[in-house]
Amino acid sequence: MNTKDALIKYCTRLADNNLILGQRLAEWCSRGPILEEDLAMTNISLDLFGEAESIYEYISTLTDNHLSADDIAFLRSEREYSNTLLVELPNGDFAYTMAKQFLYASFAKLLYTSLLNSNDETLKGLSEKALKEVKYHIRHSSEWLIRFGNGTSESKTRVQNALNDIWKYTDDMFEMDEVDNELISTGIAFDLKDIYTQWNFSVSEILKEAKLTKPSNGLSIKGGYKGIHTEHLGHILTEMQYLQRAHPGAKW
Amino acid sequence: MVGNGNYISEHKIWDLLSQIPDPDIPVINITELGIVRQVIVDDFGKITVVITPSYSGCPAMSVFKEEIKNKLLENGATSVDLKIELSPPWTTDWLSDVTKNKLKKYGIAPPEEHSSDFIGLFSNKKVTCPHCNQNETKLTSQFGSTPCKSLWFCNLCHQPFEYFKCH
Repeated sequence: MNTKDALIKYCTRLADNNLILGQRLAEWCSRGPILEEDLAMTNISLDLFGEAESIYEYISTLTDNHLSADDIAFLRSEREYSNTLLVELPNGDFAYTMAKQFLYASFAKLLYTSLLNSNDETLKGLSEKALKEVKYHIRHSSEWLIRFGNGTSESKTRVQNALNDIWKYTDDMFEMDEVDNELISTGIAFDLKDIYTQWNFSVSEILKEAKLTKPSNGLSIKGGYKGIHTEHLGHILTEMQYLQRAHPGAKW
Repeated sequence: MVGNGNYISEHKIWDLLSQIPDPDIPVINITELGIVRQVIVDDFGKITVVITPSYSGCPAMSVFKEEIKNKLLENGATSVDLKIELSPPWTTDWLSDVTKNKLKKYGIAPPEEHSSDFIGLFSNKKVTCPHCNQNETKLTSQFGSTPCKSLWFCNLCHQPFEYFKCH
């Protein structure tokens, strides 16, 4: 695989993670447990959409097919999406959503930090920008995990069950293939094995503080980067792409 | 390019851009906010305005883009290009003391620290209330009505207020 194709695929994975997680979070709009949390989740969603848009715009400068950022977001089908599985999981209750947010934001923070050393200037700039926003996301979800874990037996049980359920999808974030290998060899991206080690450490630290048990590694479900998704992604796209599918080319 | 035919000078462009208010915080303009990074006028009078978003998803950005183009075209520009640059990322460190004072007078607490300052979990930091100037305040939410603000409450004057986050 040549470097340019690998870069396009790599960026698509990253942007799809942001877009799909942003869309999931937006489902909380007007349904948050309290007004402040409704605002928090939609604000984080907005950050993720913004980050996705910047990356899709970069992708459209790399390809010759004249697709705009909107085309890439709204006109691809399920198998063409390459987000990691965790971000497409349904929201569940508030504890479940916060557990997802925490596990993903911990990954995103480390990934963007590594990309500050990328020799692709655009990817480096995008990461520098995103990192400032991800810091709010990780603080927000970490605090909630600690509150739930040290709260009532109900809150502790719910967040522990959420972690136990989500854990099998976390390995998928660290999957690597020829795309990663090409970009690692050219100094554009970095080995996700190293990021996994750091992620494991930082997640463990917060779980300790939250008095929660880190689930053991057992079953692991993978395939997001290859376009093999859970049954949930199709439903997300059905809602998200409805307008562009029903009224092609409609502008806001 | 001052005085060269009908071209608008770079100085005049900055002046025009500083007449465009932030749609959410109309007391400050887009140059004070640090959104406009650079203005370039080439030998043919073509204008390029380099802008950077405050937050990646800030909806005000699309308003800014429209208004910058309209403002310059209405004032004699023939061609305006907008270029978005993400690096260096926007920071509240670019807000001057004059700008911070404008925010405060408007009722928004201005950023109090440096963007690189570390904020830990469950920070007990207290922001100074823009209404009564005391710092017996409490964070209500890290997120507010726009991406750049958080929600606070003053325990002394019992007023809710917004804080322009240090970013």
